[in-house]
Amino acid sequence: MATRHQKTLARLMVAPSVLLLLGWMIVPLAMTLWFSFQSYNLLSPGMEQFIGWTNYKYFLSDPAFWTAMQNTLLLVGGVLVITVGGGILLALLLDQPMFGQGIVRILVIAPFFIMPTVSALVWKNMFMNPVNGLFAWLAKAVGAQPIDFLAQYPLMSIILIVAWQWLPFATLILLTALQSLDSEQMEAAEMDGASALSKFIHLILPHLSRAITVVILIETIFLLSVFAEILVTTNGGPGYQSTNLTYLVFSQALLQFDVGGASAGGIIAVILANIVAIFLMRMIGKTLE
Amino acid sequence: MARKISDTRRWGFTILAWGVALLIFFPILWTILTSFKSEADAIASPPKFLFFDWTTQNYAEVQSRSPYFRHFMNSVIISVGSTLLGLLIAIPAAWSMAFQPAKRTKDLLMWMLSTKMMPAAGVLIPMYLLFRSWGLLDTRMGITVVLMLINLPIITWMLYTYFREIPSEILEAARMDGASLKNEILHVLTPMAVPGIASTLLLNVILAWNEAFWTLNLTTSKAAPLTTFIASYSSPEGLFYAKLSAASTMAIAPILILGWFSQKQLVRGLTFGAVK
Amino acid sequence: MGSITLQQVRKAFGDVEVIPGVDLEIHDGEFVVFVGPSGCGKSTLLRLIAGLEDVTSGQILIDGQDVTQAAPAKRKLAMVFQSYALYPHMSVRKNIAFPLKMAGMAADEQERRVQHAAGILNLTDYLDRRPGQLSGGQRQRVAIGRAIVREPSAFLFDEPLSNLDAALRVNMRVEISELHKKLATTMIYVTHDQVEAMTMADKIVVLRAGLVEQVGSPLELYRTPRNRFVAGFIGSPNMNFIEGEAAARLGAHAIGVRPEHFAMSTSEGQFAGTVGVAEHLGSDTFLHVDLDGGTHIVARAAGEFPVHHGDRIYLTPQDGRVYRFDQQGLAL
Repeated sequence: MATRHQKTLARLMVAPSVLLLLGWMIVPLAMTLWFSFQSYNLLSPGMEQFIGWTNYKYFLSDPAFWTAMQNTLLLVGGVLVITVGGGILLALLLDQPMFGQGIVRILVIAPFFIMPTVSALVWKNMFMNPVNGLFAWLAKAVGAQPIDFLAQYPLMSIILIVAWQWLPFATLILLTALQSLDSEQMEAAEMDGASALSKFIHLILPHLSRAITVVILIETIFLLSVFAEILVTTNGGPGYQSTNLTYLVFSQALLQFDVGGASAGGIIAVILANIVAIFLMRMIGKTLE
Repeated sequence: MARKISDTRRWGFTILAWGVALLIFFPILWTILTSFKSEADAIASPPKFLFFDWTTQNYAEVQSRSPYFRHFMNSVIISVGSTLLGLLIAIPAAWSMAFQPAKRTKDLLMWMLSTKMMPAAGVLIPMYLLFRSWGLLDTRMGITVVLMLINLPIITWMLYTYFREIPSEILEAARMDGASLKNEILHVLTPMAVPGIASTLLLNVILAWNEAFWTLNLTTSKAAPLTTFIASYSSPEGLFYAKLSAASTMAIAPILILGWFSQKQLVRGLTFGAVK
Repeated sequence: MGSITLQQVRKAFGDVEVIPGVDLEIHDGEFVVFVGPSGCGKSTLLRLIAGLEDVTSGQILIDGQDVTQAAPAKRKLAMVFQSYALYPHMSVRKNIAFPLKMAGMAADEQERRVQHAAGILNLTDYLDRRPGQLSGGQRQRVAIGRAIVREPSAFLFDEPLSNLDAALRVNMRVEISELHKKLATTMIYVTHDQVEAMTMADKIVVLRAGLVEQVGSPLELYRTPRNRFVAGFIGSPNMNFIEGEAAARLGAHAIGVRPEHFAMSTSEGQFAGTVGVAEHLGSDTFLHVDLDGGTHIVARAAGEFPVHHGDRIYLTPQDGRVYRFDQQGLAL
């Protein structure tokens, strides 16, 4: 379809982005891999040496790692359940006839545009604070003891904050998918005497399945790397109760200066993310056909 | 097509939807309201919703006591700069992949996407060390390049999906009409691609503005954008609700407005065209 | 001048051979229609002539000059695309002037030519509109206008009417034919609609699977189809084919009779059958008849013919209007 001259030009135009991304991916990853087999602490420079799998053994046997793994999975799973479930309900609601639909949509989407540090701070101080937070006031108003959310239920509180940020994303995508549902199909089902529930199960849910999968995969990619919300609210504590893998790597490296150990954790995080990524890439790859 | 819907049904949905929407929006609304309160009113119990002494003093104080404006400008420079830089690199790539697809184009696109899936934790340490030895820590240039790199796959993908919608017959017509490659790009392709480029720009400015892993780890003060600046309020001495709210409102307002404009493109950009 | 010669032109996409080798001579000023079912390679052949696809082997000559390797713009051809391919961000005026601008023509000369083309195509009132604000027929005319202004040596049309509704299609068909009379420039027109081919062409090229089945004037193809494919493709409704005993009696594998070449009777005739559906149009009557042997036949009677579903009917082919085909489908 094209002459040879055009093909050469096309290659040249793709080259910069490919080289940049190649460098961005391979150089640091190779370094991380290298460090993960080294004894390397920033506090004792010049003492680096090859120590084989020791960092991995150390990291994998550290109870903090398993807590972090568990927290990572709970965080991802919890947020997914809330956002996908809530997103489906919200999308169904927003698809109904109503007044001021445009404004409602805008209000619902808004949290997605809030920077993570801001939303974490607002929730931490103005809602979850046991003395001055709105939740504390609500508890007192009904005569209950105010709860110190971030101290008593740190992980759950972070799940709540992150879910609030991602609910709009799920809603928006599911709503978009919902609106592409053929209205004649729905009308045909109505003519066939289908109830609202059976329409949902047999028509809407299958139609949404692709969008739901996409939401789950993309959110998972981002949720595996939740960081700012933890840094701002709990610093991973109390203890390791709200530390996820990303935060553990961060604290190992930049708070305890153990580059070798942190690198081993980083490689584990990469492997974890790759498992999800493979599924996501297959999904997206199909849209290229 | 339009069916008759009873008014009661419509009102029912209206009330329900507005209720839920306001509940979801409430933290933002509360932040904005609090930013206009005095510090005493901000922590008053019972909370004061609308009937308090409205004041803009917090905004003045945030401005004067902290280099707020500098961080704001850092955010603008970093997010816009990284996006423009990304566009510069991605436009030729997306153009050639959309209009001169080779056998491996699909694989190449998927590979680009895969770089986006690499967790930041996996490369944090080398990036930090490299930045330290290159003297790029806490510089606008350093963080701009990193944000450009992490958003480059999204930019390339979005542009690719937009470019692919330009019918190839139009480009063939231009070729028949005697347009050289330069003229084809200048007079035909670019004008048709501008809307797509604009939405790509918008979405990526938003993503870069809100990015809070690399900005938090690679900047501290001089080059710190608003994400880092706001995070400094997490220390106990920063616990002044009204001022925190004022700073937050200023940090989110510009992006909220941009975001509301770009909500349609958002779906497409963030799902890589898998949902339209 | 615009004579075009194809010599053993071959096109393959990878291992798939789309056009195994075509020889064709198109004379200056001719209106040539490439017709065939979808996937027969007619559009590919047109794009090869335009230079939008590279020829795998063979030669293309325009006015005796070898242009096989020349870029599209250098071939002095203009093309009208199926989707019109108008530039959506330019006004009608700019769309039409675009090829002139690319050729570096002076602005006043551009304007003069645009005005001239717009006059011919009734577009003068629409010059400042965008393509999006025009109807399908108007867009089509803009696409033609963009082709005219270049004063090309030949026009190429790629199924230009397939996106228009039926009534408009008939109008545009006439307009394009009139334009050809006026400009007397070579036109190559691709379509899958044999009615367009019959009504517009000086010369029809019937293609199947990348091969030229027959070349000739519309009436030549109608009267003396070379094989069963061409016989069935040209003419509307399609030719009826009868196999078996009736064909064997004439020494053929199959015989073909066009619907309009039957004499009908309610009392006697060569083939007896039962009327299935009778379409009474007033000017014509189309009868779908199930012959007693089981063959399904469509027959046309001029004017009104009062039979209905279930009636018995007898059909007799007119003398000299029976086509005979052998086992391979070749005309005998």
